[in-house]
Amino acid sequence: MYSKKVIERFENPKFVGEIKNPDAVGEVGNMKCGDVMKIYLKIEKGKIKNIKFKTYGCIAAISASDAMCELAKGKTLKQAEKITHEEIIEKMGGDVPQIKIHCSVLGTRALRKTIENYKNEKNK
Amino acid sequence: MLFKKIYLDNGATTQVDERVLEAMNSYFNKKFGNASSTHDFGRDAKNSLEDARKIIAKSIGAKSGEIYFTSGGTESNNFAIKGIAFANKGKGNHIITTKVEHKCVLNSCKWLEKQGFEVSYLDVDGEGFVDANDLENEIRKETILVSIIHGNNEIGAIQKLEELGKICRENKVYFHTDACQSYTKTGLEVNKQNLDLVTLNSHKIHGPKGVGALYIREGTKIEPWQHGGGQEKDFRSGTENISGIVGFAEAVKIAMDEKHVEQMNFLTKKLIKGVLKIQGTRLNGSMKERLCNNANFSFSKVEGEAIGGYLDQKGICSSTGSACSEMNLEPSYVLKAIGLSDEQANGSLRLTLSRFTTEKEIDYVLKVLPGIIKKLRRFSPL
Ligand SMILES: Cc1ncc(COP(=O)(O)O)c(C=O)c1O
Ligand SMILES: [Zn+2]
Repeated sequence: MYSKKVIERFENPKFVGEIKNPDAVGEVGNMKCGDVMKIYLKIEKGKIKNIKFKTYGCIAAISASDAMCELAKGKTLKQAEKITHEEIIEKMGGDVPQIKIHCSVLGTRALRKTIENYKNEKNK
Repeated sequence: MLFKKIYLDNGATTQVDERVLEAMNSYFNKKFGNASSTHDFGRDAKNSLEDARKIIAKSIGAKSGEIYFTSGGTESNNFAIKGIAFANKGKGNHIITTKVEHKCVLNSCKWLEKQGFEVSYLDVDGEGFVDANDLENEIRKETILVSIIHGNNEIGAIQKLEELGKICRENKVYFHTDACQSYTKTGLEVNKQNLDLVTLNSHKIHGPKGVGALYIREGTKIEPWQHGGGQEKDFRSGTENISGIVGFAEAVKIAMDEKHVEQMNFLTKKLIKGVLKIQGTRLNGSMKERLCNNANFSFSKVEGEAIGGYLDQKGICSSTGSACSEMNLEPSYVLKAIGLSDEQANGSLRLTLSRFTTEKEIDYVLKVLPGIIKKLRRFSPL
């Protein structure tokens, strides 16, 4: 069902883990749908210096988390917010089963939520 | 394939036995007759058909004339439930089933609800069992059918048919069971268990796909569901799938050997014992009243499809009841019915054995699974 590229990423995700003293964290998804994604960000001069994820979920969700992190790293917050789920799927090799698209969409949602948390925290 | 796969998804389907294949072979291009024809080819086909019917009847303590061949479990369940409903609507419009049936039973019932029938869906306990008192309390004057799965396809729970059947008999209500998973794996005797209708299929017992049977007790009021040329005494029209039926019967003959059940039981127990050593693991279903080839676990903090993904990389085929793996994107209704949380249902893994499963294969699963769970727990934000 999954392409080789998706499986490779699922097997050896490069961005899995946590960041100590992160500048922002964000979590999306829930147990009912079966995927929960948590993002950690380190931000320097408005840029994503470091990014890590922890994901409870299916092959697509784990693979998408990793692809999203790879896309986001080094980008300014403005650029990162604009990452679309099509870009994530592209990064995953372009071939994601139709019924798994919603798991991949979590990637963009998680990133946007984390950036929003960061902004809210700063504006307090 | 570089290495031999370890197939532990026999609850989905099984490998056809070589002997079954052999038995079927000549029915495609040599003994290819239509059982309704009056020439030699037809007579040959008819004889093979009736021989197969005898074998299947004998295996469940039925008479030959009470076996009707169909295209499989789905058709047999549709036929039984809708056929009884429409033939007995003069008596009543109420049907009783359970929350842990196969989709083909549940969706047949759902459809009947649209046709004006009323359906009660019985709860099950934490191990998946129907309570006989619940059944008794649910039966009313309008009840015409009780349909309860024998061996559960997800959690392996084996219902106490004899007790449940007795209640139906005393209340003069037809009793149907879906025995697709239990057939040849645990006792199935139509008289002892007070059964009026039994669904059987072939592809779960190393026979071909697309063939099954419905046992219908003599004298049962049932409407045919597939109309046509009048085959199967006008109860199931359509040219008989002779090669499939011959294969089905051969599969039954082989599977009736009880040593297979003992062997599967031994390996399943070993698997269950070994997997439960992993921290944060639970067995779903009962330890005792359980299909000899079914193991179903839930692991905390990890998702079932991901477990299956890593197992697949190790050449091990499994299945899960997680939301991500289901068409409707909700965790398995069977696991929810036994009271599992969303996390537990999403973290489920089903491993189903066959008589071809070896101890070496089980040992290999026990060797790699703990590492997979550990790795996925490191990924988990929970
Ligand atoms: C319990 C149960 N009932 C019915 C079926 C459907 O049978 P079939 O695939 O032959 O239509 C299956 C298997 O798929 C099953 O496990
Ligand atoms: Zn998913």
